[in-house]
Amino acid sequence: MNTTRKLMNRQVFVGLFLATVGGIGSVVIGLPIIGVVLGPLFTSPSDVWREVGAVGDFTVGDTVQVNYTYNQGEVQQWSGTTQQTAAWLRRNSTTSFTAFAVYCTHLGCPVHWLAAPRIFLCPCHGSVFNGDGTVAGGPAPRPLFTYPVRVRNGRVEIKTQPIPVPT
Amino acid sequence: MNGLIKAGDATYKWLDERLGISMIVKATLLHSVPKSVNWWYVFGSAVLTAFMIQVVTGIFLAFTYVPSPDHAYSSLDYISHHQFAGNLLRGIHYWGASAMVMLIFIHMSAHFLTGSYKYPRELQWLTGAVLLTLTLGMAFTGQLLRWNQDAYWAIVVGAEQAARTPFIGQWVAQLLTAGPTVSGQTLTRMYAIHMLLLPGGIITFITVHIYLVIYKGISEWPVPGKPVDPKTYWAEYQEILHHDGEPFFPLGIWRDAVMSLLVIGVIAALAIHGATDLGLRADPTTPANPKPDWYLIWYFGILALIGVAPSGQAITPYVIILAPAVGFGVLFLFPLANRGERHFSRRPWAIATVVIAALSTLVLMYIGYSEPWKPILVNATTPPQLAAKSLRTTTGQPLSPTALKGAHLISVEACTACHQIGSVGGLRGPDLSLVGDRRNAGELIWRIARGGDGMPSYGNVLKPSQIHQLVTYLETRVTPGTATSSSNNGG
Repeated sequence: MNTTRKLMNRQVFVGLFLATVGGIGSVVIGLPIIGVVLGPLFTSPSDVWREVGAVGDFTVGDTVQVNYTYNQGEVQQWSGTTQQTAAWLRRNSTTSFTAFAVYCTHLGCPVHWLAAPRIFLCPCHGSVFNGDGTVAGGPAPRPLFTYPVRVRNGRVEIKTQPIPVPT
Repeated sequence: MNGLIKAGDATYKWLDERLGISMIVKATLLHSVPKSVNWWYVFGSAVLTAFMIQVVTGIFLAFTYVPSPDHAYSSLDYISHHQFAGNLLRGIHYWGASAMVMLIFIHMSAHFLTGSYKYPRELQWLTGAVLLTLTLGMAFTGQLLRWNQDAYWAIVVGAEQAARTPFIGQWVAQLLTAGPTVSGQTLTRMYAIHMLLLPGGIITFITVHIYLVIYKGISEWPVPGKPVDPKTYWAEYQEILHHDGEPFFPLGIWRDAVMSLLVIGVIAALAIHGATDLGLRADPTTPANPKPDWYLIWYFGILALIGVAPSGQAITPYVIILAPAVGFGVLFLFPLANRGERHFSRRPWAIATVVIAALSTLVLMYIGYSEPWKPILVNATTPPQLAAKSLRTTTGQPLSPTALKGAHLISVEACTACHQIGSVGGLRGPDLSLVGDRRNAGELIWRIARGGDGMPSYGNVLKPSQIHQLVTYLETRVTPGTATSSSNNGG
């Protein structure tokens, strides 16, 4: 009479062994995959000061488009035209500027500036903003987003952020 | 001839001995289907045909397409305009995608109306719902690969919507754009998703979907007053197949073949004129006028129409997140109601659901294309110019110098972006063609200076003399033949 207590039989053992091999394999291969997929969450912050021109380039009272390049490593250097983006810069007085994000506060479409009537129009769902960024009409829930602006050594700099989202 | 048949027969036997083909062929082609199968059953294989067209044309588009932000647009431009037969190939892929999306909805509606998702085919519906989701993912990512202005801004808009997800929204948005903004990696990710991930998922789920068709059989045409009872259904179904079934090949499959031929024919006919226009290259520093492809235009319409609740509260965030969540929740969960009547004549709500969904989609698509909410800008930057006849009074007389200046301001100040005068201008604001009939000068000055109801205020933009010119012009917009007393005492 066999009284030896078996911890497990061969089938259970091999089954557990296969599960362990599969598990370790999945983790080893899965970790770098998760790393690559979630990588964009850990890229360097994009809210850095970027120069957009000399103070003298801007006329008091005018709103003009300024372009800037993501060149601090937050966007791949091989992004072509999409390494750049735009903002609207208004010179309020000799010393004061306001920078507006191009993204409509409704869903993010790029607002157009119409110089004569001094309004921003959104091409997607028709939101209208006054020259100071406040909502004049349409579905936009809040004024245009603004970026901090500063003047250093006669150059205008704006502190950009990732695509702003109304919350 | 006899020798040829013999040789073919021998080859088949040789292969069958080693591959076991006849097992699969028998299970697929010779499985018994109810005789009541009819033209309602052809849409599944039609979707499959469209998908196979997509796989084949997609592979050969990838022979030329370059998934790089510098060259994606140029390579598609090359395919469309310079490559031999490239335009036709891209056209088939474009129209094939449209056909696949449309046929999936028809396929789904047909099986919803006939209650085919009920016991024991609930998983048939669920795998189908997954396939629908994956296909919409293909449609969305496919439109992004054009890397034109529409693509760029579709991702931004998509990210803005994803960002409204509670708690994790910002992370989801950053993952969608693969960084703080749309960039090169956004394109390469979308490419990998469109080319590898989603097709892999679709092929996997189609395999399960078709396996289930064979394993659980094609549902018999429903009979009104004969509800599904899980206790007895399977035995009854076997009885139907036994007495009234016939092999799928050749008597069941011929309709599928005819339908597939029709699908291929329609796609090819549409593709002769190529695909949709490529539009402008993605460039966030140039003006854009983004618009989604047709299969998302209804949603584009909804987003424009909801906007702000009468209470002034923005309801968009709730609609963007809640509506799709509820929609997909219902889609995936309702096969839980897996018993009862199948025939649509006994399920009026099923008919109502399909009719209402189809009609509202069509209406929203119409609205989405006509965009009544949208200020019109030529080339995305310039307001439309007034027609020559609008530079005269409505009776055809020359305008006074002041009114003429006002007419000039109408275009310069972008009034025509939102207001129609004559047949020129947007539909966003009230038509001003005959505004003099209903507003006197005082009312016009008030509205122009103060704005309101969606109109910006021009009090700080225009000089009083300019407002006077505008109003003088608008006062001439009266129905011919009516006297305009208001222009004399207003001002």
